[in-house]
Amino acid sequence: MDGKTMSRNWRFEVPTNRKFYISGFILSLFLAGVVSFYASSSPDGLEKVAEDIGFIETAKDHSNAGGALADYGVKGIENERASVGVAGVIGVIGTAVVAGIGFKLIARKPKKDDN
Amino acid sequence: MHIPDGFIDVQTSAIFAGLAAAGVATALKGARTQLDEKTAPLAGLTAVFIFAVQMLNFPVVAGTSGHLLGGALAAVLVGPWAATLALAVVLLMQGFLFADGGLTAIGLNVFNMGVLGVWAGYGVFLFLRKVLPKNKSSISLAAALAGLLSVPAAAVGFTIQYAMGATATFSTSAVLSAMVGTHVLIGIGEALITGLTVSAVLASRSDLVYGWKNNVQKLEIRSAN
Repeated sequence: MDGKTMSRNWRFEVPTNRKFYISGFILSLFLAGVVSFYASSSPDGLEKVAEDIGFIETAKDHSNAGGALADYGVKGIENERASVGVAGVIGVIGTAVVAGIGFKLIARKPKKDDN
Repeated sequence: MHIPDGFIDVQTSAIFAGLAAAGVATALKGARTQLDEKTAPLAGLTAVFIFAVQMLNFPVVAGTSGHLLGGALAAVLVGPWAATLALAVVLLMQGFLFADGGLTAIGLNVFNMGVLGVWAGYGVFLFLRKVLPKNKSSISLAAALAGLLSVPAAAVGFTIQYAMGATATFSTSAVLSAMVGTHVLIGIGEALITGLTVSAVLASRSDLVYGWKNNVQKLEIRSAN
């Protein structure tokens, strides 16, 4: 369908592509790094239902509850805004690395003559 | 929506860990045939975006918050196979790094959000895409409604797990009505975020959107392998 226009404009296709992904990544960094501080701290739907009905008591502490990034805060950073922000940025970068490499490997098509 | 350790007994958690693993394995197989070098980066960005937006709890009713699950969003953007994988990556990161969602509950959570949420959302999306006019606004609307329904679907998933193996003894029907009631409200937020995100991506890079591309190229002849 766009085969013709694409081959004619391929040089413009690359930066447009990069711009889209860079914007999406920066938006994600901004949301996790800055906006997350303003997120509601009320219990989420499941937690609230568990409280109201009464089975919240059966929850156990997370086995990693003392971890360096537990509950989206960086251990050792006192300032709450910085703590959640840095945790969010680490999460975005970590997810980008794991998902980026994983999907790239999945999408790699074996060459015909390799099979 | 992230189940902590302790709510559901070990046997039921193990059953769902098996189901989730089967879902992820099937998704890997499907994604391998569906993703290519052009669409793989969007799958990665979708995982990243869902991680970020899941941090943004929004208030729903007094004293309750909700956040995006992202299953329907991912299914529309990158297809249901890659969507399950994206959600699995996000849930593993959250469970292992951020102590969000118990480690024994990871199968329960991947099943509810990464399998059930994705496929319920995708099913609703496919149905609506069929009945709505063939244009971009319909795709965004269908995605939004798919998002709306995917949240109570995941809540029903939890209720099934509760019925099978709760460590508490409260009645399942009470849990069902409370879970579905609360999560329909959270689903409204899910619908807004899903619809807005899909329409933004459609406006800038519609060529990458699985749920749109798939629609306009329906008659394309593909080789059998």
